[in-house]
Order: sequence, then structure tokens, then C-alpha cells
Amino acid sequence: MATTPDSAAVPPPGVTGWFAEQVANLGGFVMSLVAGIGDVSLFAVRTVGWIVARRQRRDVLLPSFYQIGVRSLPVVALTGLFIGMVLAVQSYGQFKALGLQTRLGSVINLSLVRELGPVLAATMLAGRVGSAMAAELGTMRVTEQIDALESMGANPIYYLVVPRFLGCLLLIPSLTVMADFMGVLGGYLYSHVLLGIDYHHYWENSRAYVDGFDFLMGIFKSVFFGAAIALVSCHHGFHCDHGAEGVGRAATSAFVHSFVLILVLDLFLGIWLNDVHDFFRPEGPRRLL
Amino acid sequence: MPTAAPHRPVHRDDAAPPLLRVDSVGVRFGRQEVLRDIGLDLDAGRTLVILGESGCGKTVLLKAMIGLVRPTSGDVLFDGRSLAGMGDRELAHLRTRYGFVFQGAALFDSLSIADNVAFPLREHTRLPEAEIRDIVATLVDEVGLPRTVLPKKPVEISGGMRKRAGLARALALDPQVVLYDEPTTGLDPIMSDVINELILRVKRRPGVTSVVVTHDMHTARKVADRIVMLYPLFRLGPGQSQVVFDGTPDELDRCRDPRIRQFVEGRAGSRLRELQAEQGREEASA
Repeated sequence: MATTPDSAAVPPPGVTGWFAEQVANLGGFVMSLVAGIGDVSLFAVRTVGWIVARRQRRDVLLPSFYQIGVRSLPVVALTGLFIGMVLAVQSYGQFKALGLQTRLGSVINLSLVRELGPVLAATMLAGRVGSAMAAELGTMRVTEQIDALESMGANPIYYLVVPRFLGCLLLIPSLTVMADFMGVLGGYLYSHVLLGIDYHHYWENSRAYVDGFDFLMGIFKSVFFGAAIALVSCHHGFHCDHGAEGVGRAATSAFVHSFVLILVLDLFLGIWLNDVHDFFRPEGPRRLL
Repeated sequence: MPTAAPHRPVHRDDAAPPLLRVDSVGVRFGRQEVLRDIGLDLDAGRTLVILGESGCGKTVLLKAMIGLVRPTSGDVLFDGRSLAGMGDRELAHLRTRYGFVFQGAALFDSLSIADNVAFPLREHTRLPEAEIRDIVATLVDEVGLPRTVLPKKPVEISGGMRKRAGLARALALDPQVVLYDEPTTGLDPIMSDVINELILRVKRRPGVTSVVVTHDMHTARKVADRIVMLYPLFRLGPGQSQVVFDGTPDELDRCRDPRIRQFVEGRAGSRLRELQAEQGREEASA
């Protein structure tokens, strides 16, 4: 293909040229970042628009809910159990040195319900479901199934994104509860059975430091994680490049971007929710509701 | 011979307005220009075949006709109404008057063949399930599929069966315009001719207009009322029309333009040397 070199695109030589090239690269990166955020935002607005505009079909929703919720439960439960036990293993030495081993329950359970439960459930969801959604929608894009939907006057966002979005949004709280429960159980079993910590003191100290707000905080955050996973993964699938390589890249990017977004959201929601907690409970030590 | 002026449609009845008008359409993906100033009028009840070598923009033009690709310049008009000026809902409604047969059939993997064919009926009509099942059975009969395929998933049937199931789905809403994207690609000669026969059968439905994108000369000669041939833009000079032929199948056979003869007779000519030289230039610039 005969092309004419674009003289405007060739930078001047020397240090000035190098500097101009770096500035151009940075500008290009910022522009693509802004365009990407704008694109995902529009995608989110259209998804929410379709949730409001049209009643969801049971036969479309249920398979998504089954894939996202039911089939994720075992892996979330298993990882939750082990995370609880690992927390007990790692914390025990430090607490024993201070003679505070009976307080182990407080740190394990507080970490689980506030942070590890929701983040773990979201990470498992991003890995198991997010990548699969990106790969599935990417394959549909590559094989023109999304074009086929549009050619028949059906909206692909309504048919393909809304059920997955609702599935992640509505079912991630249940997965988080499961991760919390299994983590708490794992931490207790390891502490009581293997480390010999008295169960009465273990639970009494947990009661003193973990309250209902901590639990609800985790559940509240998980809803944002679920929405982020669904939107990022479906967006990657919808804008997948051609071929098997494009589908693979979409699946990988969906997980990486979802995971980064989960951690960023976790930080900012954590800061905000701490402020909310201090506003409603300025008295200090907390009791279980 | 290439013409300096933009291509303008020929072979149409000026008394009746065209059902589909492609008005100076240009399509560009980033820096790559795929279509430039394409103008075509298509009358109701006719069958247009769009020929051209791979990469010349045939499928893009077909998708622009149904609004799946938005032209960067120009417009497509259906029954005098601009597709560019339509909102999402209006465009979705208009698309019920089209049927699109995709190159790889594009059946939904997660649905059975019966559900695939029934999809447009469930989406756009309030027919009872029993009636939908009857229509689906009639459609699969019409395209020559055994009813035993109805509960199967698309991966469980052959390529030729998938193409016919795709055609059955495209015909479900009794469309005015049927668009075929490379309908015989990847099929054996017998199955290709079965598809050609089905295209002819659809053509005989009253008022159905067809557009067939292909590089199969047998299909073109068999089904076309009119043939348009596109040429890749990168092989054309500035101002040259991308439509290098517009006429009947007989006129195509009589045409002496070397570019058209090379395509019709399937001769590589100097193309391999050109491709190697092009690759060398790209490697050098990289």
C-alpha cells in the first residue's frame, strides 16, 4: 500500500525532539485515558437506562444469575475458609508475644468483614466471572453475534450486559456474606482447634470490636465492586479486537482492570465510610448491635 | 476504466423512487479509508450482487446499508428516510424490515436452532408460543433443514446447516430487504449451489429485494439482476471511482476492463509480486 510519510508527525532531532516526543506520548496517554473513562461511563449510563426502560426477561436473567451467583459460591467459600485460617496463622505469633492471643478473634473477624471478605469475593468474581464475561462477549463480537442482535432490531446492551450487570450487582452481597462466614469459621476453627484459644474469650473479644456497621460496610462496598466488575468486563468484551488474541487480551484486561478498580474503590469507599462511622458513632469503642 | 467523477447509479427505473439509496457514502476507520463516495440506488424486488476482492469494503458497505456501520460521510436512505437521522429506537424498528445473513451465520451459541430462528419473532411480535413454533418449523422446512436440528445447538450442526439456519432466522419477520454477506464462502460446491437456489427462492417472494456480497462468480451470475464491482481504494488513484463496474451479468462478461477481467477470470497476474513488494516496504518503514 503506497503511503506518503506524514512530515508533521516526524519530531525534530536532538534533546528538543526527544522532549517533544515524550510530551506527545504523555498527551496521547492522557487523551486515551480520558476517552476510555468517558466510554465506560457512557456504557454504564446506557446499561442503567435499559434497566429502567424495559422489564427484564426471566429466561435471560436466570441463567446469568446462576452462572454468577450459584456457580461462584463454592470457590468463594473455599477461599474464604483458607483466608480466615491464614489470618490466624499470621497473627498468632505477634499476639502471643504480647500475651493477647485471646484477642485474635477481633482482628481476624474485623479484617474479614471490613476488607478481606468483600475484596476476596470481588476478586474471585472478577477472575471467575469477569474474565468469562469478557471472553464470551468478545467471542460474540468476533463471530458477529452482537451485529446479528443489532441487525434484528434487538439491543445488545439490554440482552447481554443488563443481565450480567444485575447478576453481579445483586449477588455479590451474598457472595460476600459467604466469604465472611467461611473466613470467620476458618479463623475460629484454626484458633480454637489447633492453637487452643478458649472459644469464650475468642468470641467475647470479637463481639467487643466488631459491630454491625463493620459488616454492613463490607456489604455496601461489595455492591460497588460488583457493578465495576460487570461494567469493565462487558465493556472489554464489547470492544474486543479481532481473533483469538483479541479475545484473550479482552479477558486478561477485564480481570486486571477490574482488580485495580476494586482496590481503588476499596480505598476511597473505606475512607468515606470511616468518616460516616465517626459521624454516627463518635463515642469510640463499639459493641455488637 | 476508472472514472474521475464519483460513481452514480445506473440501471434503475427513474419513475419509482429507490427502496434503498446509498448516497455518496464514505467510511473511514481511524486513518484507514475503506469506502469513498459510493453511490447506489436499489429498486424494490431486484437483486444486487456486490463483487470485489477481499478487503475492498464490500461487507462494510453491506453493514452501512443496515446502519451497523455508520458512514463517516454521506448517508443511506431506506424508503427516502435517512438512517443517519434516526434514533436508536427508530433504527431498531426499521431493522425489522431487513434480514441479514452473516458470513459465519452468527447464530447465538447459547441458544438452540429453534430458539435462534424464533428470536426475531419473540423480540418483535406477541404471537403465542405454539404459533411461533409453527412458523419456525415452516421456515426450517423452507430452507431444507430437517426438523431434527431444531433442539440442537449451532456447534452441533455443519457449516451448510448453520448457513441455512441463519437464512431461516433472517426470513422470520418476512423482510423487505435481505442482505447476504458471502453466503457461499467455506461451503462445498454442492452446498454453495443449494444456497444459491435458496437465494433464488427468496428472490421470488413478492417484493423482496436482495443484496448479495460475494466473490463467487458462480453465485453472482446465478442470482444477480445487477452487479456492482468495488475495487480496493489503495489500488486507486485520487479521484478515481471505487465502483469499477455497474451493470448486468451479461455486461460483466463482455466488459474488457483488465481489472474486471482479472477478477472474473481469477488470475493472480502480478499480484503476488505487488504483495511481496508491499510487505518489503512495510518492513523497511517499520
